[in-house]
Amino acid sequence: MSALAACAGVTKRFGALTAVSDVDLTIGPGEIVGLLGANGAGKTTLIRMLLGLLATTHGEVTLFGEAPSRRTRRRLGYVPQGLGLYDDLTPAENMEFTEAVFGPGGVVSGAAPLSGELTSYGRATVGSLPLGVQRRVAFAQALSHRPDLLILDEPTSGVDPLGRARLWETIAEAAEAGAGVLVTTHYMEEAQECGRLVVMADGRVVAEGTAADIVGGRQVVAVEAENWPAAFTALEAAGLQVALAGRGLRVPGADTAEVRRGLGDVAASVREVPATLEERFFELTQRVPAAAEDAA
Amino acid sequence: MSGPWGTEEVCVSYGKTVALDCVSLTAPAGQVTAVVGGDGAGKSTLLRCLAGALAPDSGTVRRPAKQRAGYLPASSGIYPDLTVAENLDFRAIGYGMSRQLARERAREYLDRAGLTSAAGRLAGQLSGGMRQKLAVIAAMLHQPELIVLDEPTTGVDPVSRSGLWWLVTRAAAEGCAVVLATTYLDEAERCASVLVLDAGAVLASGTADKIVAAMPGSLLAVAAKPEGEAAGRSWRRAGQWRVWDPSPGPAGTRGDDVITPDLQDAVTVAALASAGAA
Repeated sequence: MSALAACAGVTKRFGALTAVSDVDLTIGPGEIVGLLGANGAGKTTLIRMLLGLLATTHGEVTLFGEAPSRRTRRRLGYVPQGLGLYDDLTPAENMEFTEAVFGPGGVVSGAAPLSGELTSYGRATVGSLPLGVQRRVAFAQALSHRPDLLILDEPTSGVDPLGRARLWETIAEAAEAGAGVLVTTHYMEEAQECGRLVVMADGRVVAEGTAADIVGGRQVVAVEAENWPAAFTALEAAGLQVALAGRGLRVPGADTAEVRRGLGDVAASVREVPATLEERFFELTQRVPAAAEDAA
Repeated sequence: MSGPWGTEEVCVSYGKTVALDCVSLTAPAGQVTAVVGGDGAGKSTLLRCLAGALAPDSGTVRRPAKQRAGYLPASSGIYPDLTVAENLDFRAIGYGMSRQLARERAREYLDRAGLTSAAGRLAGQLSGGMRQKLAVIAAMLHQPELIVLDEPTTGVDPVSRSGLWWLVTRAAAEGCAVVLATTYLDEAERCASVLVLDAGAVLASGTADKIVAAMPGSLLAVAAKPEGEAAGRSWRRAGQWRVWDPSPGPAGTRGDDVITPDLQDAVTVAALASAGAA
């Protein structure tokens, strides 16, 4: 399988700051790859290099077997975090603009799976439409020229669960038709829609694989206590990292003995449970010395 | 007025649009209550009523006196031209707190939220997640009896989200009633109770377990998108397809595919049922 997009040993420095450090990444046809990382981890810089908007400091980016250029851009569909739509134009006018940009034959008629529904908004400008509809317009626009590679930066932020599932149907259909997809998300539940995940921290890839590979059988300690505030206060005082979960607490990075010691005489049941992807993500990205946040 | 705080049959219309249709919410002390729904569901309108920023057309709102409540509006309510520390000093004066107490609390909260090194930075220069953490600290600095947070975690990265949840947990552990709006169901699952809104009406409410148990019919997980009429009752989840079977009783011959729903499944089913998919 030849990769649609490949990064080999890619590094990007801005002055003294290394935003992306020695990253290898490939996206093949039909693959949905999730790119995870905290703010400042280097995701956006990596995407900008893939899009051809930024040059690498070291290493090589190839798109469809060549260096990123305006030609490769024609085969690429991109939905930025800000959606990249013109708020003062209607959905139809936004689509017309895209068609004009991609030129004759660039946009495949009917390729945008949502074009029918989107014409129903008539003269309403994009800025006046609900966020969920705006997202569908942005998707339709990105898919209108049947791209071979889709790059989606937090595509479902702020969308309700059913709306999110419908957007993921569109993404999966594009992948089933052979497109490669690179998606960033801050939402770990959504990350599980991806066939493969790449976790970045401080510019580096710190884990890669399926969600199950990355969690890798890790456990956290779950605490059920009638008086959870007392349990929270005791565990905090013991220097443990505590997270609220329903009417109970979860303590990552500690064993049951430590947690029992921390609880002291607070009555609670303590057991090990499988870690979530979010908990494992946190552990992986916190291992890297801080400063990531300041680089945001 | 005393707790529990909340709303009773609150209705709000903007012109012909019904933003809230008789919505009741209870926010007990020492608990985190989630208000869930997509864009336009009515979350912000409900939270504005609860915070006293909007008077409902009808219904009752029970909330503490303004100095005993904290509110994080969707627009975050932080002054971009002040530094992090100045924003908190200003808020403390508004709350009528002693300077020493305010600074002690601010120091601890900033430390736990990973913002200490940013205390001298202009709030307008913070990342989205840092600004949200500052806004939550500003809303809870005076240890209010009720804090109302409008989507504190939307678009926030997991590290900042974890800091935000520490703050929320801390406020609840100190006995505050916390109400937060979110579009993330895994987050709602962490709350003691959940109110699900859709187009201004309550789709479901109660503990996450109760909402899941009340899901009508049964749920199947299959590898391929079903054909025909069932397609309208199906959605993508974790690389597979969920199919909702609204008929009561056991799911019959397809027993192998039946799965136990979670909150996200139950809320999706509620949205489908409300849209008339059954």
